Amino acid sequence: MTDTEARYSRQDYQTDQEVRWCPGCGDYTILASVQKFMATLDVDKERVVFISGIGCAARFPYYMNTYGMHSIHGRAPAIASGIAVARPELSVWVVTGDGDSLSIGGNHLIHAMRRNVNVKILLFNNQIYGLTKGQYSPTSEVGKRTKSSPTGSIDHPFNPISLALGAEASFVARTIDMDRDHTNEMLQRAYDHDGSALIEIYQNCNVFNDKAFIQLTGREERELNRIKLEHGKPAVFGPDDEYGVVIEDGSARIVEVSTVGIDAIHVHNTQASSPAAAFALSRLSHGPYGPTPVGVFREKPRLTYEDGLQKQIHDAQADRGPGDLQALIGSTGTWTVK
Amino acid sequence: MSETSIIDPTDAEAQNVSAVAIRFAGDSGDGMQVAGTRFTEASAIFGNDLATFPNFPAEIRAPAGTLPGVSSFQVQIADRDILTAGDQPDVLVAMNPAALKANLSDLAPAGTLIVNSDAFEERNLAKAGYDTNPLTDGSLDAYRLLEVPMEALTKEAVKDTGLKGRGVLRSKNFFALGLMAWMFDRPHDPTLNWINHKFGKDEAVRSGNELAFKAGYNLGETTEMFRSTFEVKPATLPPGTYTTVTGNQSLAWGLVAAAQAAKLPLFYGSYPITPASDILHELSKHRNFGVRTYQAEDEIAAVGAAVGASFVGHLGVTGTSGPGIALKSETISLALMTELPLVIVDVQRGGPSTGLPTKTEQSDLLMVMYGRHGESPLPIVSISTPADAFDTTIEAVRIAIKYMTPVILMSDGYIATSAEPWLLPDVSQMPDISGSFATETNGEGGEFLPYLRDPKTLARPWAIPGTAGLEHRLGGLEKQDGTGDVSYNPLNHEKMTMLREQKIVGIADDIPEIEIDTDADADLLVLGWGSSYGAITAGTRRIRARGLKVAQVHLRYINPFQRNLEEVLRRYPKVLIPELNRGQLSRLIRSEYLIDATSYSKVQGQPFKAIEIETKIMEMLES
Repeated sequence: MTDTEARYSRQDYQTDQEVRWCPGCGDYTILASVQKFMATLDVDKERVVFISGIGCAARFPYYMNTYGMHSIHGRAPAIASGIAVARPELSVWVVTGDGDSLSIGGNHLIHAMRRNVNVKILLFNNQIYGLTKGQYSPTSEVGKRTKSSPTGSIDHPFNPISLALGAEASFVARTIDMDRDHTNEMLQRAYDHDGSALIEIYQNCNVFNDKAFIQLTGREERELNRIKLEHGKPAVFGPDDEYGVVIEDGSARIVEVSTVGIDAIHVHNTQASSPAAAFALSRLSHGPYGPTPVGVFREKPRLTYEDGLQKQIHDAQADRGPGDLQALIGSTGTWTVK
Repeated sequence: MSETSIIDPTDAEAQNVSAVAIRFAGDSGDGMQVAGTRFTEASAIFGNDLATFPNFPAEIRAPAGTLPGVSSFQVQIADRDILTAGDQPDVLVAMNPAALKANLSDLAPAGTLIVNSDAFEERNLAKAGYDTNPLTDGSLDAYRLLEVPMEALTKEAVKDTGLKGRGVLRSKNFFALGLMAWMFDRPHDPTLNWINHKFGKDEAVRSGNELAFKAGYNLGETTEMFRSTFEVKPATLPPGTYTTVTGNQSLAWGLVAAAQAAKLPLFYGSYPITPASDILHELSKHRNFGVRTYQAEDEIAAVGAAVGASFVGHLGVTGTSGPGIALKSETISLALMTELPLVIVDVQRGGPSTGLPTKTEQSDLLMVMYGRHGESPLPIVSISTPADAFDTTIEAVRIAIKYMTPVILMSDGYIATSAEPWLLPDVSQMPDISGSFATETNGEGGEFLPYLRDPKTLARPWAIPGTAGLEHRLGGLEKQDGTGDVSYNPLNHEKMTMLREQKIVGIADDIPEIEIDTDADADLLVLGWGSSYGAITAGTRRIRARGLKVAQVHLRYINPFQRNLEEVLRRYPKVLIPELNRGQLSRLIRSEYLIDATSYSKVQGQPFKAIEIETKIMEMLES
């Protein structure tokens, strides 16, 4: 929006429901970012649909003054897929957490991305089960001590970005709750992408897993650890861009730029034919411990499921005409009794 | 109990028979389902009434020659209105020893047994568990045994087609079909046209099947072994245009029709499962009707996607069998809580667990009635016959839309795969079952209240995305009456529980009452549901043919029951409930009405036979 007045304000996207997350929860920041972002879009508010499953993040639709559904645990991508396939003109968003989408709903998440249904999935990753009061999640680190793992978790965690890339996702990005400008940029790019989009949002749970992302959010640590991925640019980071990423034999590693020369640094390409380099980047960290890429890993459009289906419907009608029910029920051979 | 077969191909000249049942049996790779289906189609076009019973193993190709690998197809053709595929075949075509062994006990006394004698060699006999060759050891003396070297004759018939190796013997089902076409004077064209259509792209296969079919026919005509043909005259059915349908096909067409009658696009989410997959196959052909089929990643996603489609204004439907219903149950409860229209098709099969995937049973009734968490009543409607699937499906959709509720539509494996003639309806006369989407706010303060109910139906408004001003949030958490906001208020929860219940109970005012048109003054009433309609009705006819009285009620509506069901049942000193389960409807009736109904249970993966119903009724009448 430039000189014309925005159609909506953030208030238009707010509901009369009292927001009931714990004080200090990262979800508040994300909610504000999303409401503000949605208000900038030139899309009719009544065409926006927010679907969630179960978990802290899943309360999100109640606070968005759009059509929405707070559904059941893990199933939001399945329900949203039905919505997007039935009504491709709608703007369909899924809000989910690491337990919701990577544990109980893992199957739906990967298939939504594989099908490339036009659904934007916001994965709030806090690396803990919050709503059930603090058990380890499928993104918790090995050894994590929680109520259900008093002697340390022995579960190896998922890397959500690696998982999404492996699931044929056409858009994969990562951002951080506290960084509202970056969140806004990721939302915009996901929205602009024609197809499924996954944004992993590192979200601080200040009650059960506080400061899990401190290396990316702390005033002193973040510059040393945030690798901001930008398409067409070398993957460098650090206060003076003194560090960079090289990819060799399919693996990414951190180097000092001065030792290898800038030409050796990996130039990020979100639209590469193969997701291999993006995958290598995703492996730089398992959870934000040390330098961690944020930004768009992959943005490679391909045919969406609903476009494919609409085309089949269109072609069938062009070919055979709109369905004739009387002809259909007689289509396998008839005989007449006089 | 058994009646001696009236068929004797070795004896007389062409004979008139009123009804005859034929069973084709062979290996699951022998093409018995194809042979039976082609015989059925030719008979339908000839004008017989008919009913079929396909019976096949779950394995696609079980080990050849073994008992588990036997596949069969039974069809009864008649010059009159019939209801079942026949209790016992008059003619059994057995393509190998295993098929003979698995099916012989069903053959009518003095029935005709046509065997592919080439298959009765040592290895096949051993696989079937025969110590001696039944063709020579006298064990088949009670039957009219006709030995036909089908493999040798098929080989000879197709020798110039270029078919080689296994391809040669693939045509032997058409040889057997040709022989049956001669014996029962079936028209050739339907079969030959089908062969041309199906195999037109492969001339060797096409001509092989045609030549085998003709060779089988010619064998009947020329050899001394077969001396007579049988004439089963066309049935005097009500005038009109007919087709032959299986239950899955007519259910799928019923969904297409219901979507038109409801003026909604159809969305069918499903995950492949026997015996429901053919609904998905059929619907996926009809993109030009705007049908969206969605093969989901699992059963849960299939119903989830359908719920999503319903939320945005489509007719959301999901179809499965018992194991799939179990997986879907949490999402069905979500649709119940969000009060969205949804149809869930349960094509029942033998259970529990994987059970008997290709065999029929009626054992999911209590699961669909009670098998959800919380207080979660839903309407249940039930299909009785393949042709009835069309109308009952439309009725399920009508209820779902009018009452904004998920509806369970019950079918079973027997209905799904068997076929019967269907007098085609005039679809221009279909009722309008459309609901309406909310377009205006309904609150006094100009707000939208998604749970403000229609005072008569108790249905809430259906407001779909794209409608400005009606943005609202649904969800699985308990709702505040009216606003739909999340509410943990104790009294509100009780009120909402009652409202959800009353909405379903009230449907009873919107469905026809039971009428008994025959033997209303009998002492015994037989109450049934689902695919046992044919056997129960045939059984009661046999009772009446004995000069005795019996009343019959067959339920389409299982939840809620029809208003006058209790009053009707109380008129009869004895109530018999035959079911292919351990007495599930019987339990519902007893608990609902405290009526001392007698359960008659069968759980063999097979439909009831008319004679079983007849015998049970006689036992009750005499007691």
